[in-house]
Amino acid sequence: MSSASRFRDSRVARRVRAVAGLLITPLVPDDVLGTLNPMWSRSAPRARVVRVVRETPDTTTLVLRPGTPFARHVPGQYLGLGLQVDGVWHWRTYSVTSRPGDPLLSVTVTAVPGGVLSGRLAHDTPVGTVVGLGPAAGEFTLPEPTPEKLLFVTAGSGITPVMGMLRSLDPAALSGAVLVHCDRTPTDVVFGPELRALAARTGLRLVERHTAGEGRLTPDALADAVPDWAVRETWACGPAGLLGTLAEHWERAGDPELLHVERFAPARAASAEGTGGRITFTTSGLVADAAPDTPVLLAGEAAGALLPNGCRMGICHTCVGKLQAGAVRNLQSGELIDAADQPGRPVRTCVSAPTGDITLDL
Amino acid sequence: MFRRDPQAPAETVREAVPAVVPEVVSAAAHLTDEQVEALGAELDAIREEVEASRGERDARYIHAVIRAQRGLEFGGRGLLLFSKFPPAWIAGTAALSVAKILENMELGHNILHGQWDWMRDPKIHSTTWDWDHVDPAEFWKRSHNYEHHTFTNIRGKDRDLGYTVMRIMPEEEWRPAHLLQPLTNVGLSLIFEYGIALYDIETDKIRSGEKTWAEAKPQIAATLRKIGKQAAKDYVLFPLLSGPSALSTLVANFTANTVRNVWSHAVIFCGHFPDGTETFEEERLEGETQGQWYIRQMLGSANLTGSKAMHLMTGNLSHQIEHHLFPDLPSNRYAEIAPKVRDICERYGLPYNAGPLPKQYAKVWRKIIRLAFPGGHERYGAPKPTPRSRIGRAVRRAAPARVAA
Repeated sequence: MSSASRFRDSRVARRVRAVAGLLITPLVPDDVLGTLNPMWSRSAPRARVVRVVRETPDTTTLVLRPGTPFARHVPGQYLGLGLQVDGVWHWRTYSVTSRPGDPLLSVTVTAVPGGVLSGRLAHDTPVGTVVGLGPAAGEFTLPEPTPEKLLFVTAGSGITPVMGMLRSLDPAALSGAVLVHCDRTPTDVVFGPELRALAARTGLRLVERHTAGEGRLTPDALADAVPDWAVRETWACGPAGLLGTLAEHWERAGDPELLHVERFAPARAASAEGTGGRITFTTSGLVADAAPDTPVLLAGEAAGALLPNGCRMGICHTCVGKLQAGAVRNLQSGELIDAADQPGRPVRTCVSAPTGDITLDL
Repeated sequence: MFRRDPQAPAETVREAVPAVVPEVVSAAAHLTDEQVEALGAELDAIREEVEASRGERDARYIHAVIRAQRGLEFGGRGLLLFSKFPPAWIAGTAALSVAKILENMELGHNILHGQWDWMRDPKIHSTTWDWDHVDPAEFWKRSHNYEHHTFTNIRGKDRDLGYTVMRIMPEEEWRPAHLLQPLTNVGLSLIFEYGIALYDIETDKIRSGEKTWAEAKPQIAATLRKIGKQAAKDYVLFPLLSGPSALSTLVANFTANTVRNVWSHAVIFCGHFPDGTETFEEERLEGETQGQWYIRQMLGSANLTGSKAMHLMTGNLSHQIEHHLFPDLPSNRYAEIAPKVRDICERYGLPYNAGPLPKQYAKVWRKIIRLAFPGGHERYGAPKPTPRSRIGRAVRRAAPARVAA
């Protein structure tokens, strides 16, 4: 332990901090730092956009300088990006495409038609914009040591988490790896030139499938392109349709243990709907009304509640709250979770819709 | 449109009244059920319009006030480190007094109401904000946001009517102790924040057994901790940091706290106690519609007129009527909707009670002094209740979600 860190943890230092805290009560030191410069806040980390790279007409990489030291991410993970739009903070998650340890952080955003935030971030975020920064998270990462035979299957913006991995892998691990990437045309491919150069340099085999001419990727087409697909540990990311096809194929003809998928939008059970209802949040006392297909998280946010949230698609469990009364339906599985069976059951608010009035410890 | 005819016969009253009490009629007695609901719909429309247009401009406003308040506070405290020099003492004390007033009124009171929750900013949110006030935010939110704003001016339910220590309406039975209330009020004005903290502990309910010691104890402990923190900051640490100026800094901080107390007491007492504000019977609550709730809020509140700076320093509680109609709309919007609310009052023949602070405050004082003695019905008696037929039928009105927040 260095002498500096020994001092930081010493009793004297704690006393000094306690006195400093009393000097500004009821504020906390972070409030003062954040008032002087939002970039100095540690409890609400911020980053400044220092460069904007237009990858394709609808995809942009934002290069960010975090205001405070940012915990290292693992390639393949996403992080939360927050932006104040018309005075309201909106948060979404995007894949990190820079390497861990790079001085600047890159995230790549594809504009989703009708999205509040993605369009703004992809098209209308000039250099100098200050954005909120959430911690990196996600399980879509490579294990240690890196498996020998790698296969990546991606489509559209599904390349972004994989790009984070490819950029971080050493050339030895890349030679022998295969990337099958689908997009409409060669010019639509996000990171197209970089991927092609990487393939030429390292021995990564790049299979581009241009769906405008060749149609969607089928299991047969995949087997034709990568005959040994079944023995490769595979990471796949793309639209729900493709991931569904792949999961079925691995279930039927391969080893499902070897397939890792990352979804950008929650998969929804066809018949899964709540009936809507009134949500009472016990911490804030706030009350929100939700429509049948509106997740608890969105209804609460619309009513002004501050709710924990992360991936917003049922993966990370950041948004979990205890259900004290009433019932919710899981929009992904269709499962009904009723507090009457077991009060205090944890529910993921981002993928649960109320069926009737509910009370939630959040 | 619906102007009141002063010659119109008084409403029939349901109960017999003591002969000495002249008949007073609620200023809203002339309105029909339909008119009350039409008025409610107009006010609903104002709320919707503001909610739909909240945005960037409002966010910039609250951030600017926060920055200005913190700048004033740090600047003031910085000057006071050299408070031995009279100019530094005067400027520092003035800056700190203004900062403390802004912190409690435009920031604390309004943010704790949830007026800025829509921004979803965890730093400016009713569930995370704490204020420079000895009453912990959580107790304040319950007694003020819920009890006072839901049961506004209901006799026996709204404890803010006299704060349990003063007779502010003649309906309250006179006791000899009330003779002291002008003095009580001077004292309360000087120590207002402590008075509010004590009031929120509800010693009256503890005495009557309505609230148990077990309930009160953690609240008392939390309040004492809050008092300790403020005292350590204002009366120990900053004086110590001032070195040779220690004593004058202590006096300055005490002065700033007292200025804040006297000012906020004056503003708040002008909200519901000036002449013309009505109080209501508890049974009015039964089946009260949204329109009737709005009318109770309007008739029970009074505004202060003045400059922009004056409105800011009152935390926009100078727009008490607008605040009571829409407790959770951003405070910077009250001035904008005030002309519309005033216009509605005019069209429906309702009073819109507003006046400059000295005038309104003088009325409050006159009332407190008069009601220190028995009687007072002639001048301050509440209007007779609206006949039952006017209240019935309508569906029971749930308290608006945000008010209960």
